[in-house]
Amino acid sequence: MFMLLTHSQPCFFSFYTNNINMASGQQWVLVEMVQAFYEAPAYHLILEGILILWIIRLLFSKTYKLHETYRLTEKEKEDLIEEWQPEPLVPPVSKDHPSLSYDVVTGPPSHNIIINGKECINFASFNFLGLLDNERVKQKALASLKKYGVGTCGPRGFYGTFDVHLELESRLANFMKTEEAIIYSYGFATIASAIPAYSKRGDIIFVDEAACFSIQKGLQASRSFIKYFKHNDMEDLERLLKEQELEDHKNPRKARVTRKFIVVEGLYINTADICPLPELLKLKYKYKVRIFLEESMSFGVLGEHGRGVTEHFGVNIDDIDLISANMENAVASIGGFCCGRSFVIDHQRLSGQGYCFSASLPPMLAAAAIEALNIMEEDPDIFTVLREKCKHVYTALQGTPGLKLVGVQFAPALHLQLERSSGSRDSDMQLLRTIVEYVSPTRGVALTLARYLEKEERFLPSPSIRVVVTIEQTDQDIQKAVSCIQEAASAVLK
Amino acid sequence: CVLSFRICNVRQLMWASRCIEKWQESFEQAPMYVAVMTYLGFGIVTLFGYLRDFLRAVGLEKCHLAQEREEQKDFVPLYQDFENFYTRNLYMRVRDNWNRPICSLPGPVFDLMERVSDDYNWTFRLTGGTIHNAINMGSYNYLGFAENNADFLKTVADKTRQYGVGVGSTRQEIGNLGIHEELEQLVANFLRVESSMTFGMGFATNSMNIPALVGKGCLILSDELNHTSLILGARLSGALIRVFKHNNMHSLEKMLREAISSGQPRTHRPWKKILIMVEGIYSMEGSLVRLPEIVALKKKYKAYLYLDEAHSIGAVGPTGRGVTELFNVNPSDVDVMMGTFTKSFGAAGGYIAGKKELVDYLRSHSHSAVYATAMSPPVTEQIIRAMKCIMGKDGSTEGERIHKLAENTRYFRARLKEMGFIIYGNDDSPVVPILLYMPGKVVAFAREMLERKIGVVVVGFPATPITEARARFCLSAAHTKAMLNQVLHHMNEVGDHLCLKFSRLKYSSCPNLHDEKDFELGS
Repeated sequence: MFMLLTHSQPCFFSFYTNNINMASGQQWVLVEMVQAFYEAPAYHLILEGILILWIIRLLFSKTYKLHETYRLTEKEKEDLIEEWQPEPLVPPVSKDHPSLSYDVVTGPPSHNIIINGKECINFASFNFLGLLDNERVKQKALASLKKYGVGTCGPRGFYGTFDVHLELESRLANFMKTEEAIIYSYGFATIASAIPAYSKRGDIIFVDEAACFSIQKGLQASRSFIKYFKHNDMEDLERLLKEQELEDHKNPRKARVTRKFIVVEGLYINTADICPLPELLKLKYKYKVRIFLEESMSFGVLGEHGRGVTEHFGVNIDDIDLISANMENAVASIGGFCCGRSFVIDHQRLSGQGYCFSASLPPMLAAAAIEALNIMEEDPDIFTVLREKCKHVYTALQGTPGLKLVGVQFAPALHLQLERSSGSRDSDMQLLRTIVEYVSPTRGVALTLARYLEKEERFLPSPSIRVVVTIEQTDQDIQKAVSCIQEAASAVLK
Repeated sequence: CVLSFRICNVRQLMWASRCIEKWQESFEQAPMYVAVMTYLGFGIVTLFGYLRDFLRAVGLEKCHLAQEREEQKDFVPLYQDFENFYTRNLYMRVRDNWNRPICSLPGPVFDLMERVSDDYNWTFRLTGGTIHNAINMGSYNYLGFAENNADFLKTVADKTRQYGVGVGSTRQEIGNLGIHEELEQLVANFLRVESSMTFGMGFATNSMNIPALVGKGCLILSDELNHTSLILGARLSGALIRVFKHNNMHSLEKMLREAISSGQPRTHRPWKKILIMVEGIYSMEGSLVRLPEIVALKKKYKAYLYLDEAHSIGAVGPTGRGVTELFNVNPSDVDVMMGTFTKSFGAAGGYIAGKKELVDYLRSHSHSAVYATAMSPPVTEQIIRAMKCIMGKDGSTEGERIHKLAENTRYFRARLKEMGFIIYGNDDSPVVPILLYMPGKVVAFAREMLERKIGVVVVGFPATPITEARARFCLSAAHTKAMLNQVLHHMNEVGDHLCLKFSRLKYSSCPNLHDEKDFELGS
C-alpha cells in the first residue's frame, strides 16, 4: 500500500508541477490543486481512494493478540490444579526385591569376614594389599584421632586444609612421580568432579563403552558431546577421531576452541581387562587429544612399584594429562586423588566441585592413607606377590563348568559370567545368586554379585559374580574357594 | 522426672512460638555510596588486570602461571584466556586469605600454620612457624564436637582398632556393616521419622539421590540460593528446573500455579512430580527457610518437599532436631529430609530420612548404594556418639550444647548489631554474615583479624553477588563468653579502623532475651 502511495505521489507531483507554472520555488496554490484533481485520470483517483479507505479501516479495527485465545481463565486454572494428581514420590519396591536385603557384616570386612553371622574367607572386598586391618595403619589413624579428632568441619578453602592433607598430596605426587596431586574426600566424586572441571559444553569426549558409573556421571555433568567407542577397540576410536578431524577441517574456527579428551580406565572394573595405553598415546599425538586415565583398580596393583598402568607399560607419566584414582581399593582408606602436571591439576582447586564445595577428608583417613603409601614404598614385592596370586586364581578358575572367567590374568577383581545365558537377565541373576548363596556362607567363602543400576547404565554389563584376589589369601584359601565355586557351578548349572 | 519433662515441653513451646511470632530476619541495604565505591573498586582492579595481562604478553612482567608442555603446545588450549582472567588478576593477589592450612583440631581455638609468599601470592612457603591458639570463627563446629578428648573418643578409638578405617566395598555388595544399620536406626529415632539411610559424603548425598527420585518429566522448584550440590543433583536428574526468589512464598506459589495449570513446556502433558528444594539454613545469608508456609503450599498443590538441613540439623531447635522442631512442623510432612554430619556432628557424610518406602527405594536405587564405598567405621561411630550425646542418651543433659549455642548466637548477633555492622539473616541462625561490600576492605579485614589471632572466613564474588562480599562467622557451642568478647573487641577496633560500620539502624540489645531461664527449676 505504502509503496503504491509513495509511487503515486511523485507521479502526482511531477504530473502537476509540469502542468502548473510553479512560481518562486515549490509553493502550492489551493485553487490549482483542486484543478489538478479534476484533471487526474480516473484509475488514479480510484486507486488513491481505495488506499485511503484501507488505511482508515486499519486504523480503526480492533487489535487482538494471538495468545489471548490460549490464556487460561482463573476458574480453568483452579480446575486443573484440583485435578492434577502427581505420581507417588517413589514407586513401590516389592519386599523381596533382591537389592533390598543387604548382607550384614559384623566385625571388620577384612580377610576373615563374618557375613550374616557366618565366618567366611573374603573374596569380595577390594582389599588388594590387605591393608584394611594392618596394625601400622590403625596405629597411625589412632594417633591422628588423638590429635585432630574425627571431622575437619569445613571445606578446603575455609580452614579445612590440614597439614596431613598437604603431606598426603605431596606424598602421592612423589609416589606417582608427577608434579602435583589433589585429594578428594570421596572416591566416587573424584573423577565425577574432575571431568566437568575441564570439559564444558561444546567440547568433545571419547569414552570407552565399559567406563564405570562415576565416569558416566562426570560426563553427564560436563554437558559435552560424548562419543563412545567399542571397548578396547582402537580402530573404532581412530574412526571416530578421523570423523572428528574431517569436521574440524570444515569449521576450523570452531575447532580451534573445541577441546577434545579421551577417557579410559587403566584396569576396567566392569570387564577386568587393561586398556592399550601405548596405542592410545600414539592416537593422542596424532589427533591432538588429551587423555584422562582412571586408575582406581590398577593403582597399587600394576607396575613394578605399584604406580599403575603407566609403569606397567613403561610410558612417561607426563604424557597422560590426568590420572585419577580412588584410595578405597589398594590403599584401603577413603577418598580419591588426581595427579598430573601442575598446569592441569591446579585448575581443580577452584573448579572441582567435589573439592571446593565439600568438606575435606577426615585427617585420620588421610593419615591412614599416608601410612599405606609408606608400606607400599617400603616393600614393592607385595605387588609381585599380588600378581602371582591373581595368576593362580585365574588359572585355577579356568574350566569351571558353566561359568566363564572374564578378565586378564593379572587383574585382581575378576568376573565370572554364565557361559550360556538363559535369555533373561533376571533368571541369569537368580542363577548366579544361587551359586553365591551355595558358596557363602555355608561353605565359608564370601563372594558377591557385581551390582549395577540396570536402568541408569548406558552399556549394562552382563550379570556376573565378582571374584577379588587379595594378598592375604593363602594357597589353601584359593584352593578351597575354587573347589567351592566349581562344586556350586556344577550343582546349580547342571 | 515428670516435672523436668513438662519444663522441657514448655520450653519448646516458648521457643517455637517466639520464632514464629517474631520472624526476625533482616537484610539491610547499605547506603548508595557503598555500592558506588564497590563497583569503582572492581573497575580499578579490572583495569589493572588488563594492564598486567598486557605487560605479561609483551614480556615486561614475568608470567608465573604454569605453562603447557612443549610437546602439547599445538593442542587446543586447555583453558581459555578470558575464563581465567578473574583467577589470574583478582583472586591471585588476595588468595592468602583462603586455603589457610591448620595443624591442630578445628575446635574453638586452633593453630594456623604460618605461610608467607615471596612472589605476591603466586607461590606459598610454609615457614615452619605456627600461630598458636587463634580463635576459630570459620569452622562448621556448631555443637563443639570437633574435640580430641580421649575419654569422649574412646568408642571411636575402639572401633578404629576393631575395624580399621576402610571398608573396601559398596553397601549393596559386602560393605554393609552392622554399625551402619545401627547408625541408620539412631538417625531415624533422632529425627522422629520411620527410617533413614546414610552415605559417605554430604555433597554426594544430594548429587546421587536427587537423580534417583526425580527424572525427565518432573519439575524441580529450587530456591535461588541453593547449594551447588543441590543444583548438581537437579541437573543430573534431567528434570526441568525453575528457580524461585529466595524465601519468597509469593514467587513460589505463582510458579506452582503456573506450572500445574500449563503442564510441561510445549507438550502440555501433566507433570509427573513436582519437587520443591529448600535448605534449612542458607549458609551465605544466614536466613532460615519459611517452613510452615512451604509445607502449607506443598499440601495445597500436592508437591513434594526436599529439605536440605546441612547447616540446621543439630544447630537449631530446642533439642537440636533442626528446622522441623524449630517451627513445630511434623517431620512426616517433609517428604525427604536430608542432612549432613559434617557440621554439627564433627564427622563426615550425609543422610536421607523419611518414610520407609522412600528409604527402601533409595536402598535399591541410589547411585551411592550401588557404586560408592560405604562410610568409614570410625566416622560412623563418631556420629553415633555425637547423636547419643545430643539426645542425652549417654548421661549428658539433652539440649545442653544447643542451648549454649543459642545463647552464643543471640549474644554475638545482638552485640554486632549494636556496634553498627550490617548483619544478614535470622536472629536464631548460628551463621552470621557481616557485609563488607568492597573488595579491598574484605581482604584488609581478613588480614587484620589474622594479625590479631582470629581466623575468619571471607567470601566474595562469585560465591556471593558482586556487590555483597562478606565475612561469615560460624558460632560454636564450644566458644566461651571470653572468646566471644575478645572477638567482639577486635571487631570493634577493626570496624572503626576500616570504616565497616555501615548500618544506619539504631539497635539496642534487649535487656534480657533469656525467657527460658525463668523456667529452670531445680539445679
